[in-house]
Amino acid sequence: MQNIVIIGNGIAGVTVARHIRKNSNDRIIIISAETDHFFSRTALMYVYMGHMKFEHIKPYEDWFWKKNRIELVRGYVSEIRPKEKELLIEDARIIKFNKLVLATGSKPNKFGWPGQDLFGVQGLYSKQDLDLLEVNAPNKEVCKRAVIVGGGLIGIELAEMLRSRNIAVTFLVREQNFWDGVLPEGEAKMINEHILDHHIDLRLATNLVEIIGSENGRVKAVKTDKGDIIDCDFVGLTAGVTPNITFLNNSGLDLGKGIKVNKYLETNLEDIYAIGDCAEQLEPEENRRAVEAVWYTGRMMGETLAQTLCGNKTAYKPGNWFNSAKFLDIEYQTYGWVNSLRNRKEYELHFHWRHLTEKICITLAYHHSTKKFLGINTFGIRMRHKVFDRWLNEERDLEYVVSHLRDANFDPEFYRQYEPEIIAKFNSELNAQISLKKKQWNRIF
Amino acid sequence: MKTYDKNMAISSLGTNSLSSPQKIGLTIGYLGLFIVLLAAFNPSFPFKTIWLSIALLSLFIGIIWYSRASYLPKLAGIKNDGVWFNAISSKGWAGWLAGIAITSFYIVLYFYPQYLGLNANGSNTGIIGLFDPLSRLLSGNPASQWFVYGTLYTVAILAFGVKFILKYRHNRYEIIRTISVMFFQTAFAFLIPEIMARLNSTLPYYDLKNMWPLNYYNFERYRINSFIEAGDIGLVMLFFGVLSVFVISPILTFKYGKRWYCSWVCGCGGLAETAGDAFRQLSDKKLSAWKVERWVVHSVVVFVTLMTTAVIYSYLGNDTSKYWLTKNMFLIGVTLVLSLVFFGVMLFKRNEFKKDAKYGAIGYFVIIISLIGLHYFSGDGNVFLFKSETLRKSYGFLIGSIFSGVIGTGFYPIFGNRVWCRFGCPMAAILGFQQRLFSRFRITTNGGQCISCGNCSTYCEMGIDVRAYAQKGENIVRSSCVGCGICSAVCPRGVLKLENGPLKGRIDSNDILLGNDVDLMKLVDKN
Repeated sequence: MQNIVIIGNGIAGVTVARHIRKNSNDRIIIISAETDHFFSRTALMYVYMGHMKFEHIKPYEDWFWKKNRIELVRGYVSEIRPKEKELLIEDARIIKFNKLVLATGSKPNKFGWPGQDLFGVQGLYSKQDLDLLEVNAPNKEVCKRAVIVGGGLIGIELAEMLRSRNIAVTFLVREQNFWDGVLPEGEAKMINEHILDHHIDLRLATNLVEIIGSENGRVKAVKTDKGDIIDCDFVGLTAGVTPNITFLNNSGLDLGKGIKVNKYLETNLEDIYAIGDCAEQLEPEENRRAVEAVWYTGRMMGETLAQTLCGNKTAYKPGNWFNSAKFLDIEYQTYGWVNSLRNRKEYELHFHWRHLTEKICITLAYHHSTKKFLGINTFGIRMRHKVFDRWLNEERDLEYVVSHLRDANFDPEFYRQYEPEIIAKFNSELNAQISLKKKQWNRIF
Repeated sequence: MKTYDKNMAISSLGTNSLSSPQKIGLTIGYLGLFIVLLAAFNPSFPFKTIWLSIALLSLFIGIIWYSRASYLPKLAGIKNDGVWFNAISSKGWAGWLAGIAITSFYIVLYFYPQYLGLNANGSNTGIIGLFDPLSRLLSGNPASQWFVYGTLYTVAILAFGVKFILKYRHNRYEIIRTISVMFFQTAFAFLIPEIMARLNSTLPYYDLKNMWPLNYYNFERYRINSFIEAGDIGLVMLFFGVLSVFVISPILTFKYGKRWYCSWVCGCGGLAETAGDAFRQLSDKKLSAWKVERWVVHSVVVFVTLMTTAVIYSYLGNDTSKYWLTKNMFLIGVTLVLSLVFFGVMLFKRNEFKKDAKYGAIGYFVIIISLIGLHYFSGDGNVFLFKSETLRKSYGFLIGSIFSGVIGTGFYPIFGNRVWCRFGCPMAAILGFQQRLFSRFRITTNGGQCISCGNCSTYCEMGIDVRAYAQKGENIVRSSCVGCGICSAVCPRGVLKLENGPLKGRIDSNDILLGNDVDLMKLVDKN
């Protein structure tokens, strides 16, 4: 029986623990400085918005850990000593390990803006950040205006959170359109409109220059590169995240942006592994980034590493890319690769359909000569993961995918379906003559 | 730096303050309620018809006004902001106050209708008297406490139904489902029985959509007699009552799951889904609550089965020449049906039961059969040790009144809006049993898209820990699911879909979720 110690109780760390327990009797210890129990990080926003209490975002009841013999230690790991196979908690307590899994997650980016450490300036990542937000922006009397810097997923979530308490929000986005480093232009523009519909003061192509403080060290205003001074009581820094690895600086681990790992999620030191947000792949899969701070990849690395630790050495080989998010009221799903204007491949063409009045659209990416289907983005229409995963594996062509869209539709029953309109536009735009196939269960399952 | 205590800050959270139109709506609504309450003090209203109309209309308009003011200024989408900060929806002081008020109302309604103004020997006074004009208009008779209750119940389902539709106006499943419960309540539970009473006074009050065992009294002697006395129409209705239990319901449940009844047709479900919607998040999601639920609800099924058998048995004769169905024939029939179900399930579906479910099923089956056998061989007058009348009365009191009414609705603001449906309703348990084992219905989990956020579990009124399945990539096939569709609606990642699909692959479980290495998924899931 070996002693497996996991640092970090997020989705990556907890997944690896659960899967080790399924397959072995090893001793499992999870160390976290953040909370006693695992919670869903992506759901923190709902606690502030009053949709759920903190206890609701814990996926397992508190007795789960004892029952599954997963030991939980609350503390901040200040140092690891790979040679001695031990680590130090808060410079005092020593814990020995046979295998060490680093799943330490991320921290919000701070790019050295003047005033970034003033009171009332914060990121949104951890439970502590949520508690701090409750202090910095509890209501619209204490926080008359908030400024959010960084137009990504966390930025728009923070804007939605603050708006739920009627706090005025100014949203500074560096790009020409919201998240257009990832989204194709038509989609990014649709989200721009939706942000404005929610009475958020969206400022595109605008950079933060300085955060101005008052004499008592609180944020008072921000200055943008357009020369505007915006008075505010709160600044949310949401310009991405970076691996949380500073405590490992002198550990002997090979560090880059994150902790460098090979295909087997092994670091350069024996018996030490890294998974989740903090891992940096030495040889990432085609199209994928070396550091992927996404819920699903954290989970999949956990599933994979558990196999290795239980004696079935397995390489991390994520399947087809997928992701999802919700931009205020608009749900977004993606399967395969649909690239933004900036990242578009030379062979990649897009077919885009948008509803005339509703905020609903889809974009299909395909290969210009082979017409192979490369990926889909959908906004306001749910799609079946299983079906798209299969179509990507089978390398279906674009026409097959468009004509079988009904098989993939995952919207609730009785929802309006837009496949006929999509096909009509497809036929006229691409000079095609395909017809819509009826939904068939035997093709779906 | 000043820090703000979370709880202290709650009163000033932006989501809690009311806008002027919302205040107007509340005022109108409370005015209607005030007139009804005023009637309880027995003033002699000069124009009862007018005052009753004003009261009911104010309630109706007030609720709709308030809902429009709450939802229409915002974009269509999920409207759960501040649910856990609001004193009514988070078991705060307002929730407890509402709970106590509704519970007290039910106690008076069931056990002390005279305080509402019921007068068996003269004309009604008080609240019941206020409703006389409407009752006379519909059935020609003076109002009873049940008429008052039925009217308020229908107004609540209609007005809060509109609220629900406004709240979920982006979701056509919710809109259509809500129109359905509003229709069935108004037509089948409220209007048709009153009109039938006017046309044929011998017919018992019969809400056609109510099935045994929900209307546990349907096969009692007085009802059977009045069905028979009413002639052909009565016999057709009696036949329909039997048909709906043994044929119509199983077919519909097979095709669509129990939701066709529980969240599309049923009156209890209708009130829970409309007036009770604000409390759905209060249901207990703990594993321990699920254990209690299974034992309690199935015990009620056993109780109602024993009770009904005893009651029917008590009025059947022994002489085959008078009527083909005799006491003995009936008991043998019941034994046969129960054995068929029991052995059929144990033979073909035993792998789908957990250990405690098996023990429970065997235990209860043995108890019922030995009670029947005990009686059959001893020839005792009381089937099942107790007098049938005692059984009937205790069931009516404990389950019919206390559980379904007082606790079931009175405790909405404390235990959530489906306490009765989840812990007490024998009909829901029988439909659920079928839904779990013989149905095309399931909630499909969308591959690996779940982020374990917990919205689905939190807003499940039946207390199902939906997330526990979704995060494993496993379909939700639970007997208690009433198919309200809210888990799917509140899911921010499009993970859940209620659907009626093929039986193959309906119940699945994956150790490694979709999205990971294909070979690994195959390897692990094979083991």
